[in-house]
Amino acid sequence: MQTTSQPVDISPPGAKAAAPPPLKGAPGRASWPVLAALILPALVVYGLFVIYPIVQSLRFSVYKWNGLGPLTEWVGLGNFVEALSSRDFRAAVLHCAIIAVLSLTLQLPFALALATLLNQKLAGRGLFRTMFFAPYVLSEVVTGVVWRQLLRPDGMADRVIETIGPLIPGVSEEAVQEFIRPWLGDPAVALYALFFVLTWKYFGLHMILLLAGLQGIPSELKEAAAIDGAGPWQAFRYVTLPLLGPTIRISMFLMTIGSFHVFDLVWVTTRGGPVGATQTMATYLIDFGFGRNRFGYGGAVSILIFAISMALALLYQRFVLRRDVEGALT
Amino acid sequence: MAVATFPARKILSRTVTYVIALAVLALILVPLVYAVLGGFRTTGQIAERPVGLPDPWIFTNYLGTLQSPAFWRQVRNSTFIALATTFLILPLASLAAFALARYRFRGREAIYTFFTIGLLFPVVAATLPLWLTLRDLNLLGNPWGVILPQVAFGLPVSIVILRPFFRSVPGDLEDAAIIDGCGPFRFYWHVMLPLSRPALSTISVLTIVGSWNAFLLPLLVLTRQDQWTLPLGVNNISTQYGTDTALVLAYTVLSIIPALILYAFAERHIVSGVTTGAVKG
Repeated sequence: MQTTSQPVDISPPGAKAAAPPPLKGAPGRASWPVLAALILPALVVYGLFVIYPIVQSLRFSVYKWNGLGPLTEWVGLGNFVEALSSRDFRAAVLHCAIIAVLSLTLQLPFALALATLLNQKLAGRGLFRTMFFAPYVLSEVVTGVVWRQLLRPDGMADRVIETIGPLIPGVSEEAVQEFIRPWLGDPAVALYALFFVLTWKYFGLHMILLLAGLQGIPSELKEAAAIDGAGPWQAFRYVTLPLLGPTIRISMFLMTIGSFHVFDLVWVTTRGGPVGATQTMATYLIDFGFGRNRFGYGGAVSILIFAISMALALLYQRFVLRRDVEGALT
Repeated sequence: MAVATFPARKILSRTVTYVIALAVLALILVPLVYAVLGGFRTTGQIAERPVGLPDPWIFTNYLGTLQSPAFWRQVRNSTFIALATTFLILPLASLAAFALARYRFRGREAIYTFFTIGLLFPVVAATLPLWLTLRDLNLLGNPWGVILPQVAFGLPVSIVILRPFFRSVPGDLEDAAIIDGCGPFRFYWHVMLPLSRPALSTISVLTIVGSWNAFLLPLLVLTRQDQWTLPLGVNNISTQYGTDTALVLAYTVLSIIPALILYAFAERHIVSGVTTGAVKG
């Protein structure tokens, strides 16, 4: 095992050359039985466990169905109407949207700042990078269990705030005491506490992506800007940031879509509570569809989650991806 | 700019950089160190002083977990599911990607697009219909009910990573192989696979980590306690023995060691996997 922490290059060998090597003779021809033997196994597994269930959920989403027996009670779009007019489901969508907005406005700049920081020559840079990315490898269950201990009333987080708080000029000890609350038990702050934990786990991923983007920017460009009299901030604003655009947009896309799929961490820490304050679309689906044996309704909620993911992906493709790669994406 | 002030400014910015980096490092490490040390304390100690070193050091939490048959059963279950998922994804994805990369046939792009559609479907949203499908197939309460869907949901990104890799292998190699009497399968096995080892390792590492950490699907599929994986065990112990903080922390810490070891050895693969996956996805 190599000790260098440089990522391995898994881009195709020819990809770096200006023009891809001519595919002489390839792709070639093969007989149908050979092709079938190559593709069918993957196609069957994929069709059976990804596509078939999704198509099925389209079918039973228009029925009232408890998951047993035949589909008889046709309700049309009733399940969809019920979900969209349900206060709980709307709250779940709103919570996901709040996480998405907070991710874009707080987590992304934070990840970008750290990526910029680690893009400098810095002793221990590799170690910092390894450590910052490490939480991404931990499971959300472990993250949730540990943070639930840290954030419990009178737990370590409170003690740290009690210690550090009064050191800030102008902050009295009473103000600090007033600030402290049951982070995961108070409906007013639980969602934000969860966002903090999500950031702890995921900022490293975005930092790594942005760092890879930064390292792809030729240093000559920044040197040229410096020669033209640009300060460090100007060089960042007018050279680095525009060139980093595609990477930033990928991070934005992953953050948004991830925010709408959050499940494990919420389930382990708050189960969507207190009083639904941290319900996400996925916990709502498990709680109200699966947990109450309302499979028709759950099917409709699944479709709505697909629809939102699909809409986000299409928006991304339409407005962002096309401009970044101009059809270069296979 | 005065020449003399330049180093001073530089030293200042250096210092600020290190302070920030170390502060973030502390934010990452403190929860982990808290968990590791918490396992060496008693719940009484933790309740009394949340911040503090073990006094005295208690080994029963860790030793008790290491002697618990349930813990080792979960390690075995997690390992089996992770390895089985990986050993199925590798051949399925690489054979399909090979055909989609090297041969010209009608419907090729349609099949490829069909696979990439899967990138849009999160397991989370598909769980409920997937659970019904697994019930119809009699796969509930069966580790294969976790393995097969994980393979299926892992195929799109694996094929997306592998196809351009296979495609870039020069056609001359294939011509030479054909002249030497190599059929498609031997060409795949003796030329393509060895050449794409980095991509295959990346897919393996990502699959193992993803499977090791998976929660929702095992939660719904593995109904019998003796089939549980580690995340289910950790979740269970933290709700069932929620008041015994020290035990919960010891169990949790022991459950993440394999993932951390894998990360230490295969960081490069994980990093390149998430970067490529993100760019392509």
